[in-house]
Order: sequence, then structure tokens, then C-alpha cells
Amino acid sequence: MGNKQTTFTEEQLEAYQDCTFFTRKEILRLHARYRELAPHLVPLDYTNNPDIKVPMTLIITMPELKENPFRERIVETFSEDGQGNLSFNDFIDMFSALCEASPRELKTIYAFKIYDFNRDNFICKEDLEKTLNKLTKGELTPEEVTLVCDKAIEEADLDGDNKLSFADFENMISKAPDFLSNFHIRI
Amino acid sequence: MDYNVDICETDIDYENLADGEPAQDFSFNPINEPETSTQNCPEILEMEVFKECTDVQSSRSSSTSDESLDREEISHLQRHGWSAATVKVLASMPSRTAELNKSRRVRYQASSHESPHCPRPVQGASVLADVEEINTEASNFCAAENNMDQLVSSLQGLSVHEGTRKLRAMPLSLADKIEIRKVAFSLKTESSFIGRNIPCYTHLSMYISTTWRHCLFSCLPVFSSFKLWHSALKTLSGRYGTGVLSYFLFLRTLLFLNLLLFVITGLFLIFPQAIYPPRSSKANFSGIELLTGTGYFSDSLMFYGYYSNGTLHGDQYRMPAAYFFTIGFTLFIICIILVYRLSKSFGKNFQVLKSNENLAVKVFSCWDFKVSKKISVRLQSEKISTQLKEQLSEMIKGEDKKTCMQQLRRLIVHLLAWIACLISIFLGTIGVHYLSENKFNFNFKAMLQAHNLPKDTELLVLSAVVSGINLLLPGFFNLCVWAEKYESPGTRVYVSVFRNLLLKVSVIGVLCYRWLERIPDNSTLECWESFVGQELYRLLVMDFIVTVVYTFLGEFLWRVFSQTILQKKRKPVFDIARNVLELIYGQTLTWIGVLFAPLLPAVQLIKLIVLFYMKKRSLILNCQASRKPWRATQMTTLFICILWFPSFLGTVVTIIYTVWTIKPSENCGPFRNLKTMFEGGQMSTRHLEDAHPILKWLSWVYDCLVENPVFLFLASGVFLMVIYFQAQVVDGQRKIISRLEKQIENEGKDKKFLIAKLQDLCK
Repeated sequence: MGNKQTTFTEEQLEAYQDCTFFTRKEILRLHARYRELAPHLVPLDYTNNPDIKVPMTLIITMPELKENPFRERIVETFSEDGQGNLSFNDFIDMFSALCEASPRELKTIYAFKIYDFNRDNFICKEDLEKTLNKLTKGELTPEEVTLVCDKAIEEADLDGDNKLSFADFENMISKAPDFLSNFHIRI
Repeated sequence: MDYNVDICETDIDYENLADGEPAQDFSFNPINEPETSTQNCPEILEMEVFKECTDVQSSRSSSTSDESLDREEISHLQRHGWSAATVKVLASMPSRTAELNKSRRVRYQASSHESPHCPRPVQGASVLADVEEINTEASNFCAAENNMDQLVSSLQGLSVHEGTRKLRAMPLSLADKIEIRKVAFSLKTESSFIGRNIPCYTHLSMYISTTWRHCLFSCLPVFSSFKLWHSALKTLSGRYGTGVLSYFLFLRTLLFLNLLLFVITGLFLIFPQAIYPPRSSKANFSGIELLTGTGYFSDSLMFYGYYSNGTLHGDQYRMPAAYFFTIGFTLFIICIILVYRLSKSFGKNFQVLKSNENLAVKVFSCWDFKVSKKISVRLQSEKISTQLKEQLSEMIKGEDKKTCMQQLRRLIVHLLAWIACLISIFLGTIGVHYLSENKFNFNFKAMLQAHNLPKDTELLVLSAVVSGINLLLPGFFNLCVWAEKYESPGTRVYVSVFRNLLLKVSVIGVLCYRWLERIPDNSTLECWESFVGQELYRLLVMDFIVTVVYTFLGEFLWRVFSQTILQKKRKPVFDIARNVLELIYGQTLTWIGVLFAPLLPAVQLIKLIVLFYMKKRSLILNCQASRKPWRATQMTTLFICILWFPSFLGTVVTIIYTVWTIKPSENCGPFRNLKTMFEGGQMSTRHLEDAHPILKWLSWVYDCLVENPVFLFLASGVFLMVIYFQAQVVDGQRKIISRLEKQIENEGKDKKFLIAKLQDLCK
């Protein structure tokens, strides 16, 4: 398109375009969004790949994430240090994985990571309980929560270890017709 | 019907159960896994976890689906336990290689005529195959070393476009991907530059498609808000459950039906007659007419008697023809709409996939991440909670074993309740019948005039009594249902609905008898059709007033009563059965009344609009969601079914009987001085034929088809056969699906067994 911009070099933009689902324009727009979270922290010139990380507390103030019950988990999953501080690469990666064009398999992998609260590569009962509490925000009684978790694990667990491995999770998600459209953040 | 089942292509479990699962992809993330950084293989972690679990597994409950599996066999299914030989064997299974070959073919075909640069990858077999390839490769390497080399080499064999697509789908961090890209594509610098030269038109078309999509997304919420009461219904359904929602949806359906009815009669009957009034009204307007429909209204557009039997606007618009055909046409249209809605509801009911009931799927996939407004998020939360509760209640069906005595007692209670309800319905009906025939010999007229009430108030007595019965008896039914103590709330609602239906059917039946048998014989009436129309109008208005009073006062008082005197902590539950049957009752009266009072749909329309807001208000103030939520998936179907079968068909039978056999009154209306209204229709068709000879063939068709019983038999025979076939097809599909599901389960079990055996052999 030939816009004169000095945020990224051409190679950087091409690399971003090849590695994410965003176009050039969207990448520049994302950079503007990233920058407006912390204007004093994030430089305008990214040509020399500065090592800047925006803390989680600022990222979750974004309107797309603000009301999402899983916002902390999403940001933690995509952060390099696991604490939720996102560099620009992580930021783009996050929105690329959750965008509309992202394939089902990729979304399933990241959904599994997000719902795995204790990061042991399994969705155990406690992870499921935390997920459910975040979803229903206290509308269900504790007995109902336990019951739902037990039933869910019973339905989805295929190898009988009483927790959901990635294979179980993937198998279950493959039966969900609206997973792809729901697991999508528009930016 | 023979359904061929191909085993190899059915299961999903098959693919995901054992080998090459992408969990091993986690090993490709040397940077993103700080927790497991000390252990470089997630399988090692699994092993440790598994060791902890072995003690637990010995005391496992029998809730697992595979009780036959030994503890040892379960251990064989853990990924860490597989030797390389096992994994290799599994990776070269026919199902996996067939999938890859198919996708390779697809990819080859696709890449040969795709645009060179397409930033949005196409989902489908090729992407799946890409990930499959990663899986296969991953399955061949158990150890979780740095597999950058493997990844790079896997990308090198592909074209730039394919490689890009595969790169994007990798679950790595962006920094890693950029590195891999640098290494993998450094050998192809020329081709990558070629790829950059995008032709103009591709760019333009992409730009147009993205802009269009953005527009669509921003317009979608606007379109959905055009649907009447959409946001109100969303709030209600989230908070009160699907049962209450079905009532309000039904109300909206009736509203649209009445609107259609009003528009058609308005255009063809009311509007022409309004422009060319036959004579001016004689009476003055006093307030009581709104209730009784007599006086000022009796000689107005409202009722049958006002319509002329000649032609309007010179010789152009024949009123009798218009009247006859308009009524016929509206009934026909409503019939078609109802049949269509009914078939759609039935189709939705028999949705054969079990995935709707999967709790785990619901928990993980139903939260819409796009929602960002606080109120919408709260609504979504409520909706998910209600749905989960409903599904839970379906799953837990408390079947307590009852002793013989208890069962007998319950049976006797049910029997007594039914007898009580039937007796009350019978008494109510007899009361209405005797009152209408004035067998009680009360002189209402004298009584009421003695109290200085305006004239014609005695006409209100019948409608008041009918409304009173409609008010009190459902309360009595609720008492019976409470005494019977049904376990499931769904059953309770169905039983209530049926009892209310019996009541309404008997009341309307006895009133129809009065209107069609007694009144036309009554020689004191000048215009019996108008009188019947007025009675219908009175019933409708009285029903409306009583409902308003009951909703405002009754529900409020009941809530106060139950919370203070009965000391219940929860507010009462919305009574679906009673309210729905009220709606159906009103609608039946409207349909019967269209023939006698063409403006009646307008009255019903106003009534429904006011009712919606009133009921909503009362619901929020006085009621609460039922403690035992239940899924009302079939409620809408039931309501439309009741609307179709007793209500609409009964109306059609009544109207056809009226039109065919009863002699219209001699001094008023479009069909005066004819033997039957049907004769009027026949005369009109003959006039039309004479005026427009082209229509002769239409009447020939009519004579052949409608008046020929053979054709009707044939048509209904064909119709029934089609229905039978469809039912068989649905039944067959359902059977096939359950068989396939069972097959998937069995294949999974087979696979587990074989893996275990393979492991034993490899040891």
C-alpha cells in the first residue's frame, strides 16, 4: 500500500504478516492500540525491536478484555514470563490466535492452555471449578458447581485419569459447533 | 431403506484417543513453559502425576465408562509408556495415512489454482492435515528436545504459501515463529519476493470483502434489535428460564398473527366500507359501549350488520364477495402459517444430535468472547447459569423407590384430583349453559335497572360469569396440582395445561352451541350475527379487564400472602399453563369472531400489546424463577400444537358450519336475503365469471377440486403419505445416529484394548 511509516521495517512487517493472521494495516493499528495502553513506556519506533513489556494491569483495561472473566488467564497464557506482561510480539500473537481466521486446532490448543489454571497440562477438577465460577459468577451453589464439574469430567474424560488431557479436551471441543465463533475476540 | 455405514470414516475419538496428540506440541515451546522448565518433557510430568494416582485408582469408583480396563491397561494408554515401535505402528495406521494422502491431494489441487498471496488461510482438510502432519512427526519423537530443526525441515518442502499457512497454525510464540521463518525461508528469497508482488485486483477484492464484513458486523446488532421485544426477551430468558420465555414468544407469535389478520381485513373489508358508509349511526356514544359493544357500536364498522350487501363505488366492489373471500383467504393464510410453524417446531424437537446435552461442551464453548459490555456479560452469565441448572436437573432424576402402599396412595391422590377437576369443569360448563339459556329465570334486566345502572348492562352478566370461571377454576387446578406433588416441574406444567385446555374447550363449546343453535332461531333479534359479534366482543373485553385486575392485584396479593402468611422465602413461580391457555382462549374467540366482527383482531392486538408489558412487569415484581429449573424445549411445540388442533381447527369447523348451514339474518349484513352465506359466495363467483370470462377456468378448477370428494381424498392421501415418509426418514436417521455413536464407543474400546496388547508384545 506504500504508506510511509517508521514504526516497523519492511522485513518486520513482512515477518509479522507471514506469522500472524493480520494484514499490514491491522498490524499498524494494533501497534497503535498497544502504544495507547502505555504511551510513556512503548516507543513509536519499533525498528530495533525494543524489549518493552506492558504489565498485565494495563492490558486488562482494554475494552475487549475488560469484562471477560478469563482476561487474566488469556494474558498470562500469551505472555513469555507467564506473569501476564506482554511484549508487542505477545500482544499480536494473542489477538492473532483469537482472531476470526485462526484455525480450530490453534484455538483449541490455546483454549486448553487458558482453561488450565494451574498449568500442569491437564484440566483437573479444580481448574474446571474455577472456570465454572468465572462463567457463572456465583449464580450456582457450590453443590451444583461440584456436580457440573463431576459430570463434565465424566463425559469428556476418555482415558480414565479423572482429568482432561489435551486429547480429551480436543475431542470434546470438536463436538461443539459454536466453539470457533465464540472463541473469538474482535479487535 | 438401506443405510450404508462406513466404519473408517466415522469416529473422531479414533483420531484423538491415543497417538500423536498435539499435547506433545508443548514440547516445541521451550520458552513458553516456565513451570515445566525444570522438566523438559511433559510426559515426565504425566508420569509423576500418574504415580500419585496409582494409589487412588485402586479405589476408583465404577463411574468410568471402561470398567473392564485394568489398572495396568490404563497405564499403557498414557503417552509416556509407549515405546517408539508402538508409536510408529500407530502412526502408520490406515486411517491416519488415508487422511494424509487425501489432504495431500487436496492441497495439490488447491495450490495449483489459488492466488499466490492470501493472508487469510482457508480452513479445512489441508490445515487439518498440516496439524496432523505435525502430530505424526511429533508422535515419532517421544523425547522433547528442541525440535526447531524438525519444524524448519517440515516447512522447507512446501511452497511459500503452504509454508506460511502451516507456520501461522503452529502453536508457538511469535518470536519463535519469526526465527523459524527466517531459517526456513532464507533459502527461498526469490520466491518470497515474487509472492510479495500482489496483483492489484486481489488487493482490491480483499479490501472490499473486509470492509463488507466489518459493515455486516456493525449492522447485525441493529437488525436483531428490529425484532420486536428482542432485548426484553433476552433478559427474561436469562433470568427466568426457557419455560417463561416460551410464553412470551408465543405471545409475540399471536401478536403477529393478529396483525396479519387485521391488515387483511382492514384492507379489503373495513377500509372500503369506511369510505362508503351505508348510513349514519343513530345512537350517541356513552362510555358503557366500550364494554357491551351495543348502542353506538352496534351499527358501526365493528360488527357484521353494518356491511352492505350491494356494491360500492358504482359497480366495482362487491361487498358480499369481498366479505366471503376475505374471510376465506385469512383463514387459509393462517392455516398455512400455523402448519409451517408446527412443522418447524416438530423438526427442532427431534434434533437428533446428542451434543446439545453435553455439559462439558457447554462449559467450555458457550462463553462468547466477543461480548464486551458489562450488561451483556452479566446477561450471558445468567443465561449460562440457567442453562446449566436446567441441564443438571434433567440429568438428576430422583427416582426413589416407592413402596406399594406409597404408590397406591399416589395413584389415589391423582385419581381424586382428576375427578375433582373434571367435576369442576362440568359444573362450570353447566352453569354457563343454564345462564345463557336463562334457565335460572333471573330477571337480570330488572335487577340491574333497579340499581340505576345504564341500559344493556345485563348483557355483561354472561361474560362476567365466564371470565369469573376462567379466573377461579385454574386456581383450583393449581391447588390440585400442589396436592398431587409431582416431582418434575415439567410434568406439573403439562398436566395443568391439559386441565386448563379441557376447561376452555368446554366453555367455548357450550358458547358456540349457544351462538350457532340458539341465537339464529331467536326471532326477537334483528341481526343475530351482530349480536354474536357483540357477545364475542364482550367476552374478549371482560377477559382483558379481569386479566388486568388479576395481574395487578391478584399476583401482587398472592406474593404478599405467600411471603407473610405462608412464610415462604421465595416469591411464587410464574404460572405458565394458566397464562398460555388464556392467550389461546382469547385467540380462539378472535378467530371465531372475525366472521361476525371484522374489527375484533384490532381489539385483540391492543390487548396483546398491553398484556406483554403488564405480564413482564408483574413477572419482575412478583415472581421468581422456579427452584427446579427444567428445560422447556417442547413447550413451544405444545403451544402451537394446541393452537392448531383444538383452537384453529375448531374455529374453522365452526365457521364452515355457520357459512354452510345457518340462514343469515334478513335485514342486515352482506348476506341478507340469502339462504346461506355460502350461497352468497357462489353468487359472487358467478358474477365474477360473467364479468371476467378469464376466471371461468378458475371456477372450473374450483368445481373440479373443491367440490369433488375424490380429489379431496386423493389430496389428503398424498399428504398423509408424505408425512409418513418424512417421519420414517427422521426415525431412521435417529436410529442410525445412535448406532453410529455406539460404534464410536466400541471402536474406542477396541483401540484401547489393542494398544494395551501391543504394549505387552513390545515389552
